[in-house]
Amino acid sequence: MIQPLLQIVEDKAKKPKADIPQFAIGDTVTVHVRIVEGDKERIQPYTGVVIARRGTGINETFTVRRIVNNEGVERIFPLHSPKIGKVEVVRSGYVRRAKLYYLRDRVGKSRRLRDKKTTKQTAAAPATTES
Amino acid sequence: MAAALLGKKIGMTRVYTEAGVSVPVTVIQAGPCPVLQVKTEDGPDGYNAVQLAYGDVKPHRSTLPMIGHAGKAGTGPKRFIREIRLAEKPTANLGDVWTVEIFEAAGTQHVDVVGTTKGKGFAGHMKRHHFGGQPASHGTERKHRSSGGIGGNAPRGLGRAIKKGKPMAGHLGSVRRTNRNQVLVGVDKENHLLLVKGSVPGPNGGYLLVRQAKTRK
Repeated sequence: MIQPLLQIVEDKAKKPKADIPQFAIGDTVTVHVRIVEGDKERIQPYTGVVIARRGTGINETFTVRRIVNNEGVERIFPLHSPKIGKVEVVRSGYVRRAKLYYLRDRVGKSRRLRDKKTTKQTAAAPATTES
Repeated sequence: MAAALLGKKIGMTRVYTEAGVSVPVTVIQAGPCPVLQVKTEDGPDGYNAVQLAYGDVKPHRSTLPMIGHAGKAGTGPKRFIREIRLAEKPTANLGDVWTVEIFEAAGTQHVDVVGTTKGKGFAGHMKRHHFGGQPASHGTERKHRSSGGIGGNAPRGLGRAIKKGKPMAGHLGSVRRTNRNQVLVGVDKENHLLLVKGSVPGPNGGYLLVRQAKTRK
C-alpha cells in the first residue's frame, strides 16, 4: 500500500522512457552535460568508459571513467538528472562483469586490453558514431 | 484560515528541479480529512477550532461513541483525529472534506510537520546525548561507552552531589516533534500527496500533522 504511492512520485520525476539513454557497461560514451553559467547554458561533452551502474529507479547512477593528464577521473552521473542530455555510445567494449573497477589498477595499454571488438578510448578520438 | 491536514508518511525519495538539482523529499499522503467537529468562540467550547480526521477504522474495531461522533459528519470512524486551533472563526462546516488543495488556496510554501519520532528504547549516553565515550585503548577496560564523571561526591548536608537534569542514559525517541518551515516542494491532488523537502519525524506509515508554517509563508 505504501510503495505504490512512492512509485507514483518517482515515475513523475523520472525521464520518459524514450529519453533514458541506452548504453552498456564497458561502452565508451560521450555524456552531454548541461552546464549553467550565470544565465547562459552550454553543453559540455564528457567522454569515457562506463565502468559501473548502480541504484534503481530514480536513484540510478552510472560511473564514467576517463584519463585526463595522466590522471584517472571518474564522474558519477544520475541517470534521471535533467542535467544529463544525450549519451552517445562511441564504442562498445567486450566485458565479462558488471563493475569494471579493475580498470583503476590498469596502466598503459592494459587499460584497453579488455576491448575485444574494438580498441578502447584513445585520447580524444572524435570519431562520432551515432548511438 | 490556517491550512492544516492530517496524513501519513509514505517514504523518502528524490525529485529534480528544472535546473537539474536533486531535491530530497518526503512523500506524505495528506487527507482527505473530514471535519468532525467545529468549535467556535460563542459556542459552548469558547474557542475557535476544527477537528480533523484521517484514516479509516473498521466499525467493528471502533467504539460506538466514536462511530456516533464521526456519523454526525457523515463519515465512518477514523483512526487519527486532531484538533486545529484557529485564530478566527472557522468557515468550515461539519462534514466538509479538506484536501491538499487547501494548501494551494492558502498559497503555502512552507509547512510545519508534527509527528512522533521513532522509538529508540533505552539508549546510552553516546546515542542519547552525543557523549564521546571513553578511549578504545590505553588501558580502558569495559568502559568504552561510559559517560565519565557525573558530578562530585559531596558529603550529605553539603548539597546535592549530582545536578538535576544531568544528561544520562534513558528512554530515547517516541516523542512528539515539530519540524518547522519545511519547504513544500510539490502537491499531487490526484493522489493526495505532499512533497516536503527533507526528512520528517517518525517511521514510514506514521501519522503526521502538516500545517502551514506558523512563522513563514
